[in-house]
Amino acid sequence: MSTIKPHQPVPGTTIFDGEQARKGYALNKMCYSFNEAANRAAFLANEDSYCERYGLNAEQREAIRNRNVLQLIAAGGNAYYLAKFAGIFRLDMQDIGAQQTGLTKDEFKAKLLAARGE
Amino acid sequence: MAKIVGTVSTSHIPAIGGAIHKGLQNDPYWKPFFDGFPPVRDWLATVRPDVVIVAYNDHGLNFFLDKMPTFAVGAAAEYSNADEGWGIPVLPPFQGDQALSWHLIESLVGEDFDLVTCQEMVVDHALTLPMALLWPEQNWPVRVIPVVVNTVQAPLPSAARCYKLGQAIGRAVASWPGDERVVVLGTGGLSHQLDGERAGFINKDFDLKFIDSLTANPAWATQYSTLELVELAGTQGVELLNWLVARGTLPEKARQVHVNYHIPISNTASGLLVLEPEG
Repeated sequence: MSTIKPHQPVPGTTIFDGEQARKGYALNKMCYSFNEAANRAAFLANEDSYCERYGLNAEQREAIRNRNVLQLIAAGGNAYYLAKFAGIFRLDMQDIGAQQTGLTKDEFKAKLLAARGE
Repeated sequence: MAKIVGTVSTSHIPAIGGAIHKGLQNDPYWKPFFDGFPPVRDWLATVRPDVVIVAYNDHGLNFFLDKMPTFAVGAAAEYSNADEGWGIPVLPPFQGDQALSWHLIESLVGEDFDLVTCQEMVVDHALTLPMALLWPEQNWPVRVIPVVVNTVQAPLPSAARCYKLGQAIGRAVASWPGDERVVVLGTGGLSHQLDGERAGFINKDFDLKFIDSLTANPAWATQYSTLELVELAGTQGVELLNWLVARGTLPEKARQVHVNYHIPISNTASGLLVLEPEG
């Protein structure tokens, strides 16, 4: 059932399971704090000290520094929490999708439209 | 006896909140999506619900990963919306129905659904935006009962379990001695994936089969494991579990009142379905 790792993982997909939740806890907790405007401002004012306060490991700190979504996922980030991080920079879901797929934003939008199959 | 007069299932993409705020309902990008809703509002005017039970997933507003319930039911007098971090406007609070909430809780736990109960909870875009699509004036002429399903952190409840939860909610409402007219709203989906190299995945064929199944063959999607649903509908497409909760509240025979499907809104295939109990 769903608690067992798949024999054939879905390509390009990280299932956010217990292993990821454990690995990414500090990172996701920091992103959860971005629900509050004061915390978003505090992050922008002093990114190093904010990350330190949440105890990010080196991999997570680097991924945050790089604003790199694939690295953030590899470091245990969950999409819904990472969206709050992206929100600080006013990035929308097409920006994030383009970054992860190596496409330009226009190419990514074209890919979405192509799903209509018309 | 209280009665479920129908179900509405709809996507709950955050960008909808921005579009409402900016008044983009007739913008060419948004029009095919928003045009789905006037018929739903006409239908609501005829079925006149008193209470809306909303099956949805929280996206890290009320629940963090420190405590992650598989199923949670609200039992508050009022539910507020709050800042979710990306700047969509906060919508007005919703009046709860504590008596019916506790009846649901008694009835569901009595059927072995081991729920988390919440006397305080904030509700996120997955509840507020569908409500704003149904009642654009945002004066909420109904009381609300949130039912939160974990679609965030695996292991997720199975499709079969979600459908059964819906069936149990249906029985709970039917056993309530009040005369409330209840609509069940299931939110999320349809196919989309926000994360990974597979970001942008949409599966129109699966979505249309899923929508179609809900009228006459409602247990169709329960053949799939949650991992198979990720493969078919995307990592966030599994939010369709909330549609299954809603569908489960109706009898096996249901009638399709209205449907809309549009690709894409943001990164998502948006779906909308209204069903009524048949007979």
